[in-house]
Amino acid sequence: MIDLSLLPDGGMSWLDASGPKGSIVLSTRIRLARNLQGFAFSQRARDADRNAILTQVQEAAAASARLSGAVTFRLDQMERADRQLLHERHLVSKELAGLDRESRPRPGAALLVQGPVGVMVNEEDHLRLHGMRSGFALEEAYADLEAADAELGRLLPFAFHPEFGYLTSCPTNAGTGLRASVLIHLPGLVLTKEIGKVLQGLSQVGLTFRGLYGEGSEVVGNFFQLSNQTTLGKSEEELLDHLGKIVRQVVEYEEQARDILLREATTIVGDKVWRAYGTLRYARTLTFEETMNLLSGVRLGAGLNLIPGLGVYTLNKLLIFTQPAHLAALEGRSTGDPELPAVRATYVRRILDAEAG
Amino acid sequence: MLCDNCKEREAVINLTQVEHDSKVTLHLCDQCAQAKGVETGASVLKSPLGGFITAMGKGAANVLPTPADGLRCAACGGTLRDFRESGRLGCAECYDAFDGHLRDLLRRLHGSSQHVGERYVAPGDAEADPRRRLLDLKEQLRRAVENENFELAAELRDRIRVLE
Repeated sequence: MIDLSLLPDGGMSWLDASGPKGSIVLSTRIRLARNLQGFAFSQRARDADRNAILTQVQEAAAASARLSGAVTFRLDQMERADRQLLHERHLVSKELAGLDRESRPRPGAALLVQGPVGVMVNEEDHLRLHGMRSGFALEEAYADLEAADAELGRLLPFAFHPEFGYLTSCPTNAGTGLRASVLIHLPGLVLTKEIGKVLQGLSQVGLTFRGLYGEGSEVVGNFFQLSNQTTLGKSEEELLDHLGKIVRQVVEYEEQARDILLREATTIVGDKVWRAYGTLRYARTLTFEETMNLLSGVRLGAGLNLIPGLGVYTLNKLLIFTQPAHLAALEGRSTGDPELPAVRATYVRRILDAEAG
Repeated sequence: MLCDNCKEREAVINLTQVEHDSKVTLHLCDQCAQAKGVETGASVLKSPLGGFITAMGKGAANVLPTPADGLRCAACGGTLRDFRESGRLGCAECYDAFDGHLRDLLRRLHGSSQHVGERYVAPGDAEADPRRRLLDLKEQLRRAVENENFELAAELRDRIRVLE
């Protein structure tokens, strides 16, 4: 069992809902893809190369100011349940954690974390640096990340091309190597059936959307990750500005949709919200997907001030701790335990009871 | 999973709709989703490459090997064909080895092949930054030990001690 207390805030400060627009935007995450000169990219690299890369990154981190206290998680030496835990916490990708069927983490696969900054080592690129912040906070997330990137870049030779910029294993990431994504909750747009238009509009302005866990994941509980599609030909600031502008607009649409719902469908929305709350509060079994969908309804209710005294932080915590690996770890079960839905319902009841006083 | 609508093609998108007060998730194929007015972005969701495999070549000509497919990167040995199949380049030098093809591809993917963001300055003269120099020496030491060149290793270890 890994000791997450090694992370001062459990790598979850982004969950505290303290950030701007915290009831609609859960978190902001930015990542930079970097590779080291002199080594083949991850897929073609030999195991010895991967281990050498990890050692170099660890040494550079130790010599830097930002990452000198970083905790290293060796995914290649961890149990599956623990790897899944880090993935559920949005700290590592499915690929790095080797969670796909019949896959294992690559030798040398590791995560370094210090505060809001993390570095995945030996992912698709040698380094994937990320910065996470609570709420809608692109500038702050980038400031953390830029500082860490600059320091590591002075200590490690990154692969860089005068025309193509930072070189990445997949050309879709070349140039800045920057992908910024904002995790946003849009039940208002879904209920008013405006979501299709909004999502369609995104692709026309060079943005894309994904599900809760990023690339390749499904949209559940009306949570969407909006991010930039291209990484080359625009500066880091331009990419962040553009995404920021569009997200602000989407947040505005969502707020309008919620106003309309509250005004014109008061009873229907109230009924939905309270039914979701009632089920969470009293159900005896809950699957993860059902929990997500119910939490979406309750979150909408909290945002509309329909449910007094229910904090967004509590809902964010439920979102994380009802995931299979978290719940299993918390309650001392295995992730495959058939009783997990019952355990989940008990856990949710306990938290909501405590909140209701 | 088959498409809920036509029940013929593979479903690639899950469309959640609210009908009669309840949420319904439809599993749709690309075509049926489009017919329902949803921009699927299926390729984007399914693969990090988006539509770039198709962007690489023009139509059917793409499936046939072209003379350029055999183009090989001298540094890692990867070929242009490897890249077309896996969507991943072998190493940083591949960008020079396949430069014409990649410039074209990058323009189609990003609308430009010219990086205008932050200019990276590689760690310069190793002598300049003692921290960088230390890391260099440690790397040399590792290689020396790997190659069982213990005389060199001992010397490097002494130099590292001095710096530390």
